[in-house]
Amino acid sequence: MLIKRGGGFKESEVTPHAVYLNRRAFMLGAAALALAPPVGEAAPPTGQPLKALPNPAYRLGDPPTPFKDVTTYNNFYEFGMNKDDPSRLANTLRPRPWTVKVDGLCAKPRTYDIDEILRMAPLEERIYALRCVEGWSMVIPWIGFPLSALLKRAEPTSQATYVEFTTLVDPEQFPAQKKGLFSFASLEWPYTEGLRLDEALHPLALLTTGLYGQVLPNQNGAPIRIVVPWKYGFKSAKSIVRIRLVDREPKTAWNTTAPQEYGFYSNVNPDVDHPRWSQATERRIGEFRRRKTLMFNGYADQVAALYSGMDLRKLY
Amino acid sequence: MSRRVALKVAVWALCLAPLVLLLFRAATGNLSANPISFVTNWLGDWTLRLLLASLAMTPLRILFGLSWPLALRRLLGLFAFFYAGLHFSVWLVVDHFFDWREMGADIVKRPYITVGMTALTLMLPLAATSTVAAIKQLGGKNWQRLHRLAYAIGVCGVLHYLWLAKKANPDPYYYATGLAVLLVIRAGAWGRRRVARLRAAALLPSAARTSLAALSPQSRGQGER
Repeated sequence: MLIKRGGGFKESEVTPHAVYLNRRAFMLGAAALALAPPVGEAAPPTGQPLKALPNPAYRLGDPPTPFKDVTTYNNFYEFGMNKDDPSRLANTLRPRPWTVKVDGLCAKPRTYDIDEILRMAPLEERIYALRCVEGWSMVIPWIGFPLSALLKRAEPTSQATYVEFTTLVDPEQFPAQKKGLFSFASLEWPYTEGLRLDEALHPLALLTTGLYGQVLPNQNGAPIRIVVPWKYGFKSAKSIVRIRLVDREPKTAWNTTAPQEYGFYSNVNPDVDHPRWSQATERRIGEFRRRKTLMFNGYADQVAALYSGMDLRKLY
Repeated sequence: MSRRVALKVAVWALCLAPLVLLLFRAATGNLSANPISFVTNWLGDWTLRLLLASLAMTPLRILFGLSWPLALRRLLGLFAFFYAGLHFSVWLVVDHFFDWREMGADIVKRPYITVGMTALTLMLPLAATSTVAAIKQLGGKNWQRLHRLAYAIGVCGVLHYLWLAKKANPDPYYYATGLAVLLVIRAGAWGRRRVARLRAAALLPSAARTSLAALSPQSRGQGER
């Protein structure tokens, strides 16, 4: 399926000079990699600073995971399967110009320029735990504002019950979207994710444009992503180009690929095992021993009410 | 003779290189943000590669009539076992820290671990009987029969990877394809040998009668096929 995007990335566009420089940096990086393969050497903290006020309501007792780990240990399959692929190949993504189309069942559908979104609401820094479905976790100081601020601007109609998020498709920018020998085994592009509308409107759901005091690095989902801290990481769609209000549960990338392994809800739940491994414990990046995984990733007080009366074993 | 020694030294060096590189990465803090997972995957990858390499030696002989690959089969197989042992040890000691109950549950409950443990267990008798003395003791036929387990180990190893990897990961399919190609080459050779044997058996009684006729070009062509 091809999603048409408003604005951005036509072939007729002249490649900006900065992209050329990036390209060269990427080539140099690739050459350096060929000579001495470093893991975790990529992406020094050279991003542009992004001002945000720390929000004291969202802090954790645990120290944040080092910037280097946050930006070199990533699952972002548009770049590749390996954890270091996104940081190695990040320069292929062009986060400007960028637009996000907000449409579907709403009174005010619109295509926003990314810089417009950045000015839409005061940016705040929130420190969230991130739990990957693979069994590891991090603590990350994100920058953004509640997703609800954008959604309310669109004025969802009464029929809107779900929100669908679509990630950019462009094999030039996301090398792993190119067809390979075993593409049948790959995810279907575009990567789509979804939330129930009340989940998306929950104050914890963060529309995110930065981390660690700087503009979101490409490998972390630049220029704009969501962060839904009580769900497994893959629910937090990256490099979003479209947000659509719909009236039925949207198809989501991992659920389509392996429905018995990844449910639509995918709330962090230590009592519901992944069919192939236990979710009872996790390894916090930087720690040696596994620690116990908390219900809703520690956010049960805030979000448990969203699921009252639901059988979370069935609706995993 | 000296050439063969040089070959073995080279293969030793190549087989140890992944471990040396891993230790170098450890020393320079290059094991990613999740070192335990990185090391486990690294050792698992090399186990599979060396396993497939050892299984590739016979097909190399079949396809190209080379004799040197057979001299490397045991070395590669033992190195595969070595890496499998390290891979398992990391899981046992570092990942689960001797949590026997959890590991036992995993072995029973998670098919990819069941099949991985099966592969490792099957490697034990092969490693134990890898000496010349063991071949003599068992007798060539029995030894060969026992060591056909190498195919089963290859299949278990690839299944282990296929089942543990996420659905969207194409990497295990490369190994599966490689293994399939190697098995097909062997099956082809086995089939040809069998046909030749049957044909020889069928031809034998008439051999004497047709010994003269065998000089004719037509029947010679048949015999060669």
